[in-house]
Formats: sequence, structure tokens, C-alpha cells
Amino acid sequence: MYLLDLKDGESKKVVSINAEYAMKKRLIDMGITRGTVLTKVKTAPLGDPIEIKLRGYDLTLRKDEAAKIVME
Amino acid sequence: MITAALAGNPNCGKTTLFNELTGAKQHVGNWPGVTVEKKEGRYKKNDNINILDLPGTYSLSPYSAEETIARDYIVNSKPDIVINIVDATSIERNLYLTMQIAQTGTPMVVALNMMDEVETMGIDINTSKLSEMLGVPVVPIVARSGKGIDRLMEVTRDTAEKSLAPIKHEIYDKIKKIEESKNDEEADIMAADMRYEYIDKVVDKSVFKPDKKNLTKSDKIDKIVTNRVLALPIFAVIMYLLFACTFSENFLFIEGLPSPGVWLAGVVETAWGAATEAVAGVLASAGVSEWLNQLVIDGIMGGIGAVFGFIPLVLVLFVLMSFLEDSGYMARVAFVMDRIFRKFGLSGKSFIPLLMGFGCSVPALTASRTLESEKDRKITMMVTPFMSCGAKLPIYLMFVATLFADSNRTLIIFSIYFLGMAIAIISSLILNKFMFKSENSGFIMELPKYRIPSLKSVAIHAWDKVKGFAIKAGTIILFSTILIWFLSNFNMSGMCDMEESFLATIGNAIAWIFTPLGFNDWRASVGVVTGWIAKENIVATFGQLFAGVTDETAIEAIMAGEQSLPEIGDVFTKVSAFSYMAFNLLCMPCFAAVGAMRREFGSMKWTLKAVAFQMVTAYVVALIINVVGNIIF
Repeated sequence: MYLLDLKDGESKKVVSINAEYAMKKRLIDMGITRGTVLTKVKTAPLGDPIEIKLRGYDLTLRKDEAAKIVME
Repeated sequence: MITAALAGNPNCGKTTLFNELTGAKQHVGNWPGVTVEKKEGRYKKNDNINILDLPGTYSLSPYSAEETIARDYIVNSKPDIVINIVDATSIERNLYLTMQIAQTGTPMVVALNMMDEVETMGIDINTSKLSEMLGVPVVPIVARSGKGIDRLMEVTRDTAEKSLAPIKHEIYDKIKKIEESKNDEEADIMAADMRYEYIDKVVDKSVFKPDKKNLTKSDKIDKIVTNRVLALPIFAVIMYLLFACTFSENFLFIEGLPSPGVWLAGVVETAWGAATEAVAGVLASAGVSEWLNQLVIDGIMGGIGAVFGFIPLVLVLFVLMSFLEDSGYMARVAFVMDRIFRKFGLSGKSFIPLLMGFGCSVPALTASRTLESEKDRKITMMVTPFMSCGAKLPIYLMFVATLFADSNRTLIIFSIYFLGMAIAIISSLILNKFMFKSENSGFIMELPKYRIPSLKSVAIHAWDKVKGFAIKAGTIILFSTILIWFLSNFNMSGMCDMEESFLATIGNAIAWIFTPLGFNDWRASVGVVTGWIAKENIVATFGQLFAGVTDETAIEAIMAGEQSLPEIGDVFTKVSAFSYMAFNLLCMPCFAAVGAMRREFGSMKWTLKAVAFQMVTAYVVALIINVVGNIIF
């Protein structure tokens, strides 16, 4: 399953990222590495982007990106 | 002399620490060639320590302008020491940058910030263990209250004087070897993974979190502020307040109550008027010649007055912007508006400069500073002046009262406003596609914790902004005001009326350019030029040149649309009037806005590029209006 498929409040571990290099590097720089627990917090009022919690902070990314992050 | 560079993630309290260290002794400029701010200052307790504020970055990967600057500076310019500020409340992500800096071998010290919040959250950090595992000194601080800063600076001086490089732990060598052995994308990603693996170990040994997880205050606020139902109404109210506080003449819907911005602008204007009168009195009693009198009063005093007149707006908007930024709400603006603005190739945060553009482009342009990407900042600045500002309304009212008296006036004015918005959207799409070859950087942004902004920080920010505007924008405004004053009051034989001035000659010479737009008339061309001093000047110029009206009350009545100016009907048709309005809406904004662009772009080249883009856009749009309009009507 992908990060995109997480329900609000649900937490899962990251398996891999299927994005091209620049995007992948950016996500890893922000702490989304293999085994990191991501919690989906909510979706923005207009339906995109989404908010997640990881490593003690909040991050927002678009659904396009969330569809590239493979979860356990 | 020791040079200490401040490095850290965005929102880690770096600016607060910088202000705390330097006090008012700071110098703000731009990094060469980019719209990124560069701040430098002396440590207020020791003049021998020079402090440089690097842009906030999450890593040293050379992708954004900020990251490239920070990386190049640390690697190439070799500061004596790097002070790495770490937000202890999100220590894991912050240590990633720490490890990258440590790997460069530059002497460094970690300032572990927000220790007060960490305590409240019940988290315990063993700083000596942390220091041991990272191989660099770690000093706990609370930047906001100044706690621990003296000790931080002692350690900084010591480390810099002894040139103590970070201890070469095995892990740094291992990562370096991997990066150098392959030097490809895969190795880069492996290295990044290894850093976080090590950070997990460090945190495991030195940071102790309580077992039960309570919602933090910030989480609770966020539950309301970005709530699915409440987010948009709250957003609308905050945006209304932002706009109203700066520009409203009937603040909070109370008739005649000026907003803080308008009130302050009035105070400055009155004071400047009094000063001008005093100067005029002195000049009269000294019996100076007519031209010198006018140069001083209309040219110099008028020019400086124009700069001063904008300062209250810049000040009020900037105080509010810093408040939104420092409180953490600005990131939520992007979160809420991203869905709409990405379609135009802009960031959700572009909403604020564009909205403010309806009031005045000058403070609006300064508001574009909060956008993250260089590309978004530049595009937003180029299209912000397309929003129809308050000074352009009198032009529309004059034409509407005179030429569109029999049409739906509201609809005509609305259509001009709408045209500005539509052109702004189309322009940003075009600029994205052709000028910036759309590097799709995605949208990956931290939502920082909500915090109460420190008043000191807001005040220092606002003061910098006003100073920067007064100096950088002020020179452009003053110089061009004097130039136009000279052109419109002189000809080869000395002082004269505007009808015989250099400007009239120029107007005649360039009028043919506007033939395809439907207004081949020297007075119309002169109007365009005087409009660059302030757009509403077009009305006064028209009044004087078309009908010989110079009486102030009469001009004001025309500006308010209460009185028509039938003489312009000799030159303009409905179609060419619309084309003229569109041209003045879109062409180069007033010199004050050009000055603000110059200040924000940090480069004359980019300012000229933006102006050229606006001129071409104005010409093309007015041309289309004239051609299509004449076919239809």
C-alpha cells in the first residue's frame, strides 16, 4: 500500500520511495527513510495536499508524492 | 576577527538567535543574483565576532537557491566557525544538517534551541552524550529569552580560536567514502539513509521521551485552524483583517475609521505637508528664483514625500506578515491554498502578495519574500502589479463618468479588475513554461509548530524592511520624480507650461507607437509617463492638458467619478478608452513599485526584465482589445 492510502490517524512504516532522483532525495532529506513511521494527520480542506507526522514534526506533501511512497 | 556563520533548518529560531546576538547592529542585503536575503552583524558583546546568517535549509544538497548558498559558503568561503542551530523539539530532522556540516570538517558548535519547549513536553536530552556521539560541542539555549547564549558564544570563541574541527568519527568517514567512491545518485541516497540511521542511534542514546503521547498545544490549535470545515472561513477572516488593517478607510466596517496603515499614512502626509510648507516659507523669504523654488518643492520634497507616503503601508503590512510567518500560520496558508495556486504554477503563499496588490503593489511586493522557491518569488513579483491597485481606480472612474455614462459602470470597472487577474494567471502560466522551464519541485513543506511570535523579532524585521525600502526603493523614486518633474516643466528656453515642455515633445514623438492601440495623441502618451510617478496622476494630467483644469477640487471630483471630462471624448472612443485603461493597468507600475521590485529582486537586471515583460504584456493586451473591440462594436 501507499502513503496515499492511509486513513486519518493511521501509522505505517516506509518501505521504499518510487520517485525520480530529485524528489526522492528531497523526501529522504526530510527524514522519510526506510523504516520511518509516518502518521497521516489529515487532508487539506480543498482535498489536496495531505499532512503527515514523522520524527516529531509535521510535513505536508501533495497526493502525487504520497502515491510514490510505498508503505508496509 | 572571527567570522561565525549561523546555519540551521527553517523555523529553528535562527533569526531570533541572530537578532539576539547582533541587536540592532545588522546589515541586510541580498546574496548575489538571487532573491535570498543576506544578513550580517557584529556580536553585540564582542565586536571581534562577525556573525553571518545563512539561509535556512534542511540539507546541503544543492537543489534550491538557499541550499546552494549555504553549501557554497560553508565549503568555499570557510567561515572560522559554524553555529548550527538545532530545534530540539524536532531533533531528528535537524541533526541531518548537523551531520552534513560536521562532515565538511569546518569547526562547529551546536546550539540546541527551544529547550524550554522540550521541557514542557517532558522530553529529557543528555547533551554531553549528544556532543560525544556527534563529535562537536553542544550548548543548550533558549534563543527567545536569551538563556544560554553567553555560554554559547564562549564555546564558539574558544572553538574558533583553537580551530577545533569536529572529531572524525568513523561514521563521517564511512559516509564520505561512499559518496566519493561512486559519486552517483544511488550513493547519494545511500549516504542520506546512513545519516538518518546514525541519527536514530544518537537519539536513542541521548533523548528520552515520555511514553504516553499527549496532543501538544500546537496540535490542538491545528485541529481547529486547518479543520476541514473551519479552515476556509478562518482563512478568509485573517486575509480580510490583513487587507483591512493595511488599506481600509472604513476599518472593521465602521464608517470613517481609518485602519492603522491608513491612519499612519495620514499622519506622515500631514507632517510632510507641514515640513514642505515650512521649506516653502524659507525659500520665499530668501527670494530664490521660481525654478529653484519648484525644484525643491515639487521635485525634491515631492519625491521624498512619495517615499515617506509608502513607508506606513510597508511597515504595517510587514509587521502583520512577520506575525503570520513567525506564528506558523503562513505555512498553513500554503497548505490551504496549494490546490488552487499550483494550477497557475504558483505557490499557495502567492495568494497574499496578489491579494495585497489590490491595495498597493509596494507593500505587496515586499510580501513576496515569504515564498520558498526562487522561481515562485520571481513570478509572483512580476505579476503582482497586474492586480488593480487603489491608485488606478481614479483613472477608470474618470473614463467611466465621461465615456461609459450610458453603460453599466460597475460592470466596466469590474471587467478591468477581472482583466488584471486573468492576465496575472495567464502570465504566470507562460512564465512558468518558457522563462523558468518549470522545474517541478513538488510541494514538500514543513508545517512548523504554532508559536507566539516574539515582539522583538517582529520589530527588528519590520525596521529592516522599512530601512531597505527607504534606501533601495527611495533612490529610484526620488530620482525618477525629479526627472519627470524636470521634463514636464522645462523646454530648451527654460521653464514653461506642460503643453510646451520636453515631456510634450516626447509625447508627440512617441504617440505613433500607440496608434495600433487606438490612442494616437500626445496627451495620452504624456499621461502614461506621468502615471509612472503615481497612476492617479493621469487624471490630473488629463484635466490640465485636455481642459485646462488645474483646480484641485475639480480634479478630485473627476478622480471620484463625480464629474466628467467631456474633452477626452474628442480623442477616445469607448474601445480606445478601454484599451488605454488596460494599458495603464498592465504597463510598468509606478516608480515606487519599481523601487520595491528592485529591492526584492536584489538585481537591476531582473527588475528591468520584469518591467520589460509588463510593458510587452500591456501592449499586446491593449492591442488585442482595440482590434477585437473595433470588430465587435
